[in-house]
Amino acid sequence: MSDATRQLIENLNALATGLFLLTAFGIVAMRQARGCLHLFIAQSLLLAASAALLGLRFDSGHLYGVALVNLVSKPIIVPWLLRRTAPAEIYTRREIDQALNIPTALTIALALAIGAYFLGVPLANALGPEHEGPNVPIGIAGLALGAFTLTVRREAMPLLIGLLAMENGAFLAGISIARELPVLVELAIATDGLIIVFIVGVLVRAVEQRIGTTAVGELASLREAPAKRGAQEAMP
Amino acid sequence: MSVIAILFPPLAAAALVWLPFRRGWVPAVTVLSCLIVLGLAARISWRIAAGGSVTDTLDPAWSNWIAVDGLSALILLLIALVGTTAAIYSVGYMAHGNPRPRRLRLYHASYNLFVFSMLAIPLAAEPTVVWIVVELTTLCSALLVSFENTREALEAAWKYVVLSLMGAGIALFGFLVLFASLHAGGGGAYTWTGLVAAAPGMPALPTQVAFLLILIGLGTKVGLVPMHTWLPDAHSQAPSPVCALLSGIETTSILYVILRLFPVMQAVPGAHANTWALVLGLISVGTAAFLLLQVTDYKRLFAFSTVEHMGIILTAIGLGASAADYGAMQQIVSHSVTKSFCFFAAGATLLTVGTREIAAVRELIGRAPAASAALLFGGLAIAGAPPLAVFLSEFAILKAGLAQGRYIATGLLALFIVIAFFGVMGHLNRMVFGAPANAAPEPDGADLREAQGYRLPFTCKLALILAAVPVLVLGVYVPEPLHELLQHAAAALTR
Repeated sequence: MSDATRQLIENLNALATGLFLLTAFGIVAMRQARGCLHLFIAQSLLLAASAALLGLRFDSGHLYGVALVNLVSKPIIVPWLLRRTAPAEIYTRREIDQALNIPTALTIALALAIGAYFLGVPLANALGPEHEGPNVPIGIAGLALGAFTLTVRREAMPLLIGLLAMENGAFLAGISIARELPVLVELAIATDGLIIVFIVGVLVRAVEQRIGTTAVGELASLREAPAKRGAQEAMP
Repeated sequence: MSVIAILFPPLAAAALVWLPFRRGWVPAVTVLSCLIVLGLAARISWRIAAGGSVTDTLDPAWSNWIAVDGLSALILLLIALVGTTAAIYSVGYMAHGNPRPRRLRLYHASYNLFVFSMLAIPLAAEPTVVWIVVELTTLCSALLVSFENTREALEAAWKYVVLSLMGAGIALFGFLVLFASLHAGGGGAYTWTGLVAAAPGMPALPTQVAFLLILIGLGTKVGLVPMHTWLPDAHSQAPSPVCALLSGIETTSILYVILRLFPVMQAVPGAHANTWALVLGLISVGTAAFLLLQVTDYKRLFAFSTVEHMGIILTAIGLGASAADYGAMQQIVSHSVTKSFCFFAAGATLLTVGTREIAAVRELIGRAPAASAALLFGGLAIAGAPPLAVFLSEFAILKAGLAQGRYIATGLLALFIVIAFFGVMGHLNRMVFGAPANAAPEPDGADLREAQGYRLPFTCKLALILAAVPVLVLGVYVPEPLHELLQHAAAALTR
């Protein structure tokens, strides 16, 4: 492989990971539930692209496998599973009332991404010279932004996407640092992601039927507060 | 005999419950499969305790995927034991309220899959495979937690799934970094033993980062403070036999995965894994002890006690002496057997009075002597009263701490244990003997059941008696084979 080709591949990979980071920010802020799903699909495609580019760069069959698994499972099977299990309502919801308003959420997300850079670069350097590149810091940022999404969103769909986006982030770093992971394990992890979608879909359906909402993040009846009836009657 | 055989009975049972038998047979399938698992687990433990190996008949190609040592055998045995008593308890408990046959089958299928996924944790040798089965435990148990399909149960299941999976996402990255630092340090098989062997050559920074990510990620599922918020919800809203599984062994088997990293971290300079364990452990014990004082729901009481006991085990590991390691292993055993008993007792109380509120239950001794006796015995046992199992193991840990000269940590631990003792016993005492406050009207369900003279199902009583046996026996002495097994398990915690 000539230097020019290698340079080109590395630049393309930087582009893919950069766009990946952008989708992670989008998932934090996107109000429409359907939009979140679309952003997640775009993110998974970018992850697949990065895996394929790194596969080309390091001539690794494993990474082509990862790219293929991501191409099939997330853009195709995840939406299909959601249609089969979750109520149709989760697509149509629009989330007006987030825990934080969107500019604040994005500012915190930015701080998280910067923190991820300062953690990711020394980590990648300590692991060896061939791991440098944007994958590790952006992967950590993806992980952190996914976790952050879980804390600020209330609707079922963005929460589910936050969970899956965390896994995408871990994988984006993983395709750079853990290239030799057996394909069997990769396949199992992808299957696991699909089981997550299935179980969460079933749970959301149950919540929707029983409680009549898909804003699962707002459920808060279980806590340590003294029972209302007892408290009122204890005070004469 | 192949060790993998232990995974088949629960898988087969999960499929068999869907066959069109009469519904009375459905729970029997689960009990039978658990009994087979218990027999196999006892056999594996027996061999390991005698210093033998159970994986020598396996094809060498399997050695990268399956490994069993003292620690794994101990966890296997506990899963099988609690799985069996909880399966027996389920027979009578789930018949209550007469669920539709389809739901009963769903319960038993999920139950068996849950047991299967937990059994796979100690057997798997490859850390990423372990991560996958840890995920499976969450996913298989999610439908069990939400089984009662009430508003609260659904909320609890949702919190359980989201927080556990969020922790799992963090842990996944940790396992990938661990894999990378294994390769940066010269490579070798990515198994628990391979990691221990390669640890001295592994780069320090990534290994420490991996350890912390896994500690935080899986610590969420263990219920370590401050990641414990979901635990009292899920562990109190699930049906009682499921609570026994969740609290008694699921937390322990996830903690086992964290414990696997300690021999690795001992070779990494500047890792301070023991300090992390000590600090997180003490914070968990302390927070849980104070939260125990203000609970209003007796199932949550036992759930917080689980947080406390996970903290005690982690603190013992953090003390970092071989005597403390042995104490931690003993604590794992005594907590599992005792906590499962406690949830059986709580379930018996719930069946009798129909409410989970502590304030609504008064003078239970007059209405339900059997449930009262079980509740008091369970409370005394879990709070650490002599001569019961938890007392002996807590005593061993405190003694080891003092022998190490860690007076402050040991003193704090003892103080928190005492506070928790009064927290647990204060609430239970008021439930069993307290005079009814005239302000607290009894829920309608309670009157109804009292009028009918509610009797506990036979299988519930049987499970209570079976679960009480190890609590009593282990409080008096530790049988020789178990002692050997505990020593093998404690040895797996150091290099």
